[in-house]
Order: sequence, then structure tokens, then C-alpha cells
Amino acid sequence: MTNGWTDVANADVVLVMGGNPAENHPVGFRFVMEAKRTRKAKLVCIDPRFNRTAALSDCYVPIRAGSDIAFLGGLIHYALSHKRYHADYVRLHTNASFLIQEGFGFSDGYFSGWDSGQHRYDKSSWQYELDSQGYAKVDPRLEHPRCVFQLMQKHYSRYTPEQVASICGCSAEAFVRSAEIVCSTGTPDRCGTMLYALGWTQHSHSVQLIHAAAMLQLLLGNIGVPGGGVNAQRGHSNIQGATDMGSWDSLPGYLKVPRAQQTSLAGYLKDATPQPLRPDAMNYWSNAPKFMVSLLTAYYKDRATQENDFGYHYLPKIGTTDNHSWGYLFDRMYAGQIEGLISFGMNPVANGPNSLKMIQALGKLKWLIVVENFETETAAFWNAQKLAAKEYPNVVDSSGVATEVFLLPAACFAEKDGSFVNSSRWVQWKHAALDPPGLAKRDQEIIAALLLKLQELYRREGGVASEPLLSMSWNYAHPLSPSLEEVAKEINGRETLTGRQLSSFGELKDDGSTSCGNWLYSGSITDEGNQMARRGQEDPTGLGFFPGWSWNWPANRRVLYNRASADGDGKPWDASRAALHWNGQKWVGDVPDTKVDAPPSRFGAFIMLREGVAKLFAPDFAEGPFPEHYEPAESPVTNVLHPNVNSNPLAKIFHSDLDSLGSPKEYPYVALTYRLTEHFHYWTKHVQASSALQPTFFVELPEELASEKGIESGDRVRIKSARGHVEGQALVTRRMRSLKVNGRAVYQVGLPIHWGFVGRVKGPLINNLSPSVLDPNSGTPEYKGFLVNVEKV
Amino acid sequence: MSLPYTVAKLIDTSSCIGCKACEVACQEWNDQEFTLGTGGSYQTLPDLAHHFWNLIKFNETQHDGGLAWNMAKYQCMHCLDPGCLRACPAPGAIVVLPNGTVDFNHDSCIGCGYCITGCPFDVPRLSPKSSKVYKCTLCSDRTAVGLEPACIKACPTHCLSFGKREDMLGEAERRAEQLRNDGFLRAGVYNPAGVGGTNVIYVLARADHPEAYGLPANPQIPWTVSLWKGPLKWLGNLVLLGGILGTFFHYVRYGPRRAHDRQA
Repeated sequence: MTNGWTDVANADVVLVMGGNPAENHPVGFRFVMEAKRTRKAKLVCIDPRFNRTAALSDCYVPIRAGSDIAFLGGLIHYALSHKRYHADYVRLHTNASFLIQEGFGFSDGYFSGWDSGQHRYDKSSWQYELDSQGYAKVDPRLEHPRCVFQLMQKHYSRYTPEQVASICGCSAEAFVRSAEIVCSTGTPDRCGTMLYALGWTQHSHSVQLIHAAAMLQLLLGNIGVPGGGVNAQRGHSNIQGATDMGSWDSLPGYLKVPRAQQTSLAGYLKDATPQPLRPDAMNYWSNAPKFMVSLLTAYYKDRATQENDFGYHYLPKIGTTDNHSWGYLFDRMYAGQIEGLISFGMNPVANGPNSLKMIQALGKLKWLIVVENFETETAAFWNAQKLAAKEYPNVVDSSGVATEVFLLPAACFAEKDGSFVNSSRWVQWKHAALDPPGLAKRDQEIIAALLLKLQELYRREGGVASEPLLSMSWNYAHPLSPSLEEVAKEINGRETLTGRQLSSFGELKDDGSTSCGNWLYSGSITDEGNQMARRGQEDPTGLGFFPGWSWNWPANRRVLYNRASADGDGKPWDASRAALHWNGQKWVGDVPDTKVDAPPSRFGAFIMLREGVAKLFAPDFAEGPFPEHYEPAESPVTNVLHPNVNSNPLAKIFHSDLDSLGSPKEYPYVALTYRLTEHFHYWTKHVQASSALQPTFFVELPEELASEKGIESGDRVRIKSARGHVEGQALVTRRMRSLKVNGRAVYQVGLPIHWGFVGRVKGPLINNLSPSVLDPNSGTPEYKGFLVNVEKV
Repeated sequence: MSLPYTVAKLIDTSSCIGCKACEVACQEWNDQEFTLGTGGSYQTLPDLAHHFWNLIKFNETQHDGGLAWNMAKYQCMHCLDPGCLRACPAPGAIVVLPNGTVDFNHDSCIGCGYCITGCPFDVPRLSPKSSKVYKCTLCSDRTAVGLEPACIKACPTHCLSFGKREDMLGEAERRAEQLRNDGFLRAGVYNPAGVGGTNVIYVLARADHPEAYGLPANPQIPWTVSLWKGPLKWLGNLVLLGGILGTFFHYVRYGPRRAHDRQA
């Protein structure tokens, strides 16, 4: 979240789209209700289903799964064409005035630079026009035909209410009704928030979808202001923390994992250190060398020296164009290219798209280690033939699986201390409530035992590339059981000579004199104590910031980009919702997202960007600098905007024998997967209360479709996709309705996800149906908006 | 320490998200077994059960041409004139506590099930195991020590509140007023007069149509119960008294009946 849960109560309009907080974030939803109660806020819900959130909304518009960019594009067009945008904000805080090079354009589904042979874009025409000093040229009047504002206006002129209606399947009137409410926040004295979750992230165009949301919020002047923002509701605890600490292509603190071509630290740092594009851009990533060298120093301590590039060469490098995200990993595993897998707190057979491919891929491994609280589908994959014979008639029985499986019992969240980072970026310290049962061990004990044993074996027997592992620092009081407070202190960072805990990332150095496990968390556990354990309930601004409650990364800042809540003179756009104001000497309010004593005109509000302002036009993404509506990889209709380029040309589609895509002729209905309030992913089917409240898989069907097929609630139905099938009870409802898309009726089928072939209650894995089609930027699979057929059993 | 005033539970259905926190809290606080629901539905069970006293009912309805999905928690209404109490033949089995809670005392319950007939909300349930009747206790064990009922504590959206009955009524009217201002012109408070009012009060966006929330439109204590504890009871007592009096006068008039000697 750019803002936070408590801040939602400051909104005048709450747009919920691609999420269902009443269902999946019931505790956070209280702040939506508070905004409704205390500010008479309007709740707008855009969703394929009339869901729990829709039930409490002031305005609900149904749309077809996978058509969100068309809807948001329509809202952008509406704000622009009806002059509902916050003009001063747009001029001051966005790149609307920047000029783009000649040659940029969009026609027939492609942006300029499409290379059909290489199947990728040459992005050179997507760049800013620079002056002699290397700064982007601007037109503050926003009139130049090649300025971002004009290009944006042109791009979205196609997204009229009628066009939105024909793509999304809603009525143009319903769209306009919602647009009126959402765009009412384009004035300085009103603001709106956006809440989203996996309904936006699980598409083959998900990153562009969130880009579109950010554009709309920027046009309405809703970024950086209390009650505004683009707010991702994170699902798992501790998924936000996990993301902050890295993934296959990011190191802690969103530093990039080195690539093969970055053969020296200097080369890596050159790529990681951007040049400013405007004179007033603070360009904070220019500090990347300090973050990186401090991280390496934390990893390798005394073995990190100036001479050995601080141990940079110990880090594994990703091949120049390689991708190791989910889909790629399992595709390679299925092709027999991977020997072993440690599945730590992860259940790929249930979570991953196309479950059969997951099961078959695991069968190609030599060994599999599963670290879990329960036996999961992944740990039991070798027995799928017996446990789920109906769904996997063709997998070999256990005698034919050669993979050696180790199931290590792990402590659950209540059995360990440490921190959870919530959607608001609050890093909250917690205490263990009880000891792990039986042989279960805490995560760090399992990792420590594995590492120390490997180090011992390498020391004794030697081996290829043993140096990185042997050089790792592991200086804990109890090496086999490091305390999480020790680890947290290491993450916070310290002065290497004195051991003093750093108070903020402002203290980091690029010479090895500081170490820091994640620059974003610097300040979380200082010599003054564990800031994450604070439980202060004072709210000095009255805006629900609670600065003394836990610790908010970065720098205990509650609203990201809060400098944008004020105008060019540092005066808040709305005095009643002042995140920050300039008092003549310094910024006062929330922890300022700028230099505290820098006058308003000194720096642009978006300090992490080399533009210094927010990007409406963003050349960073694979498939274009402006979001464009592309159909899902499997779609019942042709893209009316550009029939020749139906779906995202850069969506990753795999081609193994298990990766077929279905046609609308065979599979005419749009399926979407989602979660229920009673369950937490594939985990709580092992828990008594949750299993009792929602014991069986069911399928939500629109009344019209059900009557066509002679299906009634309670009947058993079979859902088939090009990948597999599932069976369950039908729930016929008016909450899912037939949508009129491009002149014809389209039905949607609702599929809750929570069951599997092990657990207290059982049911089919819904991902038997979903395709392994990925967003090209994030690698997230398209779990929503794929095609199925329905039949009565 | 029992509260010295009448308490009430307020359910503002306009902010109920059907999250079932109240259901789980009820089960856990009252140490009830979790048996598997029927599934295939958003609603946990089709109806209340002897071991499930707090159920959120999900109702899909059409309001003013638009779809509505009403979620409303259902449990004992703690009536001011409780039909169950009127129907109960076992002294002390159903009691009204000083704070207005209608509570069942299972030591005195004889399992006749008359309270089920007497309840216009169809709430009490007979346990096949213990042959006694169960329902929401308004967490009398919590309120006795100054705590709110478990469901209230668990509610994340402030849909549920608890306090002095008059305060809750005032708050209910305020929220209904706000709903009317928001365009729900028929919003109002559900506190039905047919049972003398209830200590569980609802705010409904469509107060003219409580059935859409699974609530009876005009709950009345069944006439059979009124008859049975009213005129019939009186008549019964009369018959009983007549019998006793008849016996007495017969004795006075004819004296004791003597056994005649019988000779074999």
C-alpha cells in the first residue's frame, strides 16, 4: 500500500476493484465502513461477481474478468474529457509535461518499435526528448503534441463509455455512474482511495493494470495524500515482508539480483545507479551503491573487502535474459532440467497454475524437501494417483515416482517470534505463543542446520564453487538456533567498527564501514530499542497515522510520496487532510518523503524516480508505456480495439505437451478463481473451525446459464478446461449475471479455491483448470479470466 | 457482578459483511463442537442448531429493481415478553435476568420442547443427546462480569454493538436516520412490538421488509401458547380445583368410603 489500512478512513471515495476486502480483509474493511460512517464516503465496487463488498457498496458495476484495463482506461478518458482531473497536481507532480521523442506511436494493437521477428519491442522510440544537459524537455502548458499529456489524451480517446461497455459487458450508464463518483475526487478538497488484490495481479496484463490505476489516481491528484493511494491488500502474512526481502530477481530492499553481464561490482553499480532526468530530481536510487555494499558487508562481514568487491563475486548471477519465476521454473523442472527443490512454506501443487503439470514436474526431480506445518499436496504429490484418482487418471502410481521426498515439520506462525509486515508496510514484532509440537522446528533452525551441515561437508570434502557458501557470515550466539532479534538487528544494520545499530538508511556508506541486511528496514531496531515492538496509540495529526505504533518502512513514514499532498509552496491541497506542510524552515506532519529541510521548490515529490515526478508514461514495462486493453490469453471474444492483436503480445505462454489453451468454441465460459472469508488459501482445510464453516468446494453459476443447462443449486457439475477438470456442487445465483460483451451474452463461472486432496476436508484443486500463462513483467499466472465448459454430472 | 440496567445487542445490517467472526466466537466461547456444515452455500448451516446458536443468514433479494445480498446474524432475540418463557411448564427452566437476558437453566429443563413452539422467531433447539433445549445465552457468563458477549467482541466492522438498551435504541435510530439520508428511504429499526420489543435490535435498510433479512415481519407469541398459559391454564386450574373441591364435598357429604367385608 502507498498509504495504509487506517488511512482508508480518510477517503471520500473508496474504489474497490480487483479485490474483495469485505470477504478477504474483513478486519481492514472496518476502515472502509468508518469512512462511510464518518465521512459519508461512497464505496464503489467493480467486480465480475456481486460479492460481499458489492453487497455493502453504494455503486456496483459488473464487468467481465480480464477487462479491467478497459474500465480503467475509460475512467482515465472520462477524467480527461470531462476535465475532472486535478490540473495543478498533474502539472506539478507528474511527467505530463515531458516530451517524448518523435516516432513514438500506437497503431493496430502495437506501440512503435514492435519487432515481430524477435517478438519484442525496441523501446528506443519510447524515450524522453533530452536537452543538451541530458534532462528531459518539458512543456509546462501541456500543449506540445508530443508531451505525455497530449499523447495520453490521444491514446485513451478510444475508451469511450460505449466502448468500455462493449468490452466489459456492463452498461454505459452504469459505467458513467461509477465514473462520476470516482472522478469527483479530482478536486483539491476531495480524495479517493483504491483497494485491489489478486483480482488485478493475476492476469497476463496485471502490471499494466496497476499502472493504469496509478495513472488514474495521479490524474485525480490522489497519490501521496491521506485517504488516497493505490493500495494493494496483501494476502498472506508475511507476504509483504517476503517481498521486501527479495525474490528470484530482487535482493533485499528491491535491489536487483546481478546478471551475468555485470561481471564486476562497478559494472553492477553503474547499472543500478540512475542519472537524474530533471534538475530537481532527488534521484534517491543514486544511493544504491551504499545499499548494495552494506548488504554485501552484512552477508560476508570480514570476507567482504574493497579488494574482493565486497564479496560481489560470491553472489549467484542470473543469465543475461533468463527468467526464474514460477512458470519458468516448473517448465524447466517438467523438462527434467532441475535436480532438486526445497519447497519452504509453499505448496506449488495447489498454488501453481495447471496442477497436473506441477505434479508431473515434481516427479522429474531426484529429491524434494517440503518444509511445512502439515502434509500438503506438494509433499504428497507422489500419491496423487491414489488420493485424487478422478482428477489425475493418467499420472503414474507411487511405485513409478522416483523422487525422494523429505517432509520437515515446521513451527507455525504462533510458535515463533519475529515480525510480520502488513499491507500498510507496518513491521510489527510478535512473540511466540507456544512451543512447536513434536519434532517441528522453527524456520531459522531448519535453515541453520542445513547451512552448517553443508559448510561442514564442503570443508571436509571440498567441491565446486564452495567459496560463496563458506564465506557467508553466520555469527550468532547459537549458530544452530539464531534468535530472530539478532537477525532483525543484522537486517537493520550497524557500524562495522563500533557495532552501533544504525538509526536510519541515511547513515549507510559504500566503503564497507556499515553493514545492512535491508536498507528499507534500517531504523527498525536501533540502540533505542526494537521499534517494531512499539504499541503507542497516540494519533497527533488525527489522520490515523499512529506514528508510535510498530514501525513503518521506510523511515516510519505512513504515507508514501506524502510530499505530493502539498502544492508548489508546500501548502497542503486540503488543509483538513494535511499529511505534510512546509512551515518556512522544514516539513511538518508525517515523516516527510523528501529532505526534511529542503524548500518545496528544491526537489520533485517522487524522490525514487529519476524524473523527480510520477510517471503517467512509463517506458519501464515490457508491453508499452501506456496500459492498453488486451484480452486474456483465453478469451470468449475478439479484441474490439485491435482484432489482430487480441491478447498481450508479450504474455508468456508455455508450449509443453501439458500447456494447451482452449478455444471459445469448446470452452465458452469465463472462469474466475477467488477466496472465501472462511479459509486462508490451501492451509485452513487442515483446521477444524474453518473446515466446518466451509467444508466443500462449490461452483457459482449465473441463473441464466444454469437454466440453459438444467442445473439447480446442489446439483453436481463438472467444470472442464483445456488443462483438466473438477467436480463440485452448483450454487446457482443472481449475483453472477450474464454480461453482454460486444453484442453477445457471455457467462462467467465462479470457482473458490480452497480445497485439495489432503486435509481435514477435501475437494478438487482448482488449478487443475488454470493455464500457465504469465504476465511478462511480474511472472504472475493468469488465474482469472480463463475459459471453461460446464456440464451436469 | 450483573449489570443493573437492561442491556441490548445492536445489529446494524448495513455494515455486516457476513465474515462469520461472530459465529466462530460463539462456538469457541461456548465451547461448542464444530461439526461440518452442509457446504455448497455461503451460509454455514441452513438453520440454527442445538450446538450452533449464532448464524448469519444470507439472503439474495431484489430491492427497488437492484440486487441485494443481505447478511444478518440470527440468534435468540431476548424478547421483553418471551414466548418461550410463557410456554415453559418447568418452573425455573427459563429465567429473565435483571439485565433482560432470557436464559435457560438446563438443570430445570425437562426437554418438553414447548418453548420451541412458544418462540415466534423459531430459535430454541432440542439436543437429541441431552434432551434439553439450547440457544444463545447473551453470554450471561461474560455479561455477569461486565464483559460484552463474545460475538460483539469479535465483530470487525462495528456492525455489532452492545450496551444499555436505551443507548442502543438511540444509536439504532441514528444509524437508520443516516441510511435514510443516504437514500434508503425505508430504513428503520427492528424492535418488534408483538413480543414487547427485543433486546436484540436490528437496523435494516428495508425495515418495511424484514423477511428479506430472515426476520419475521410481525412476530407474535402463538395463540396456542397464549391459550395454554392464559385461558386454558385458567380452565385447567378450574378443572383441577373443581376436582379437589368435588372430592372434599363428596367426603363431607358421604363420609369416607369403607371397604365392605368380602367373604370368599
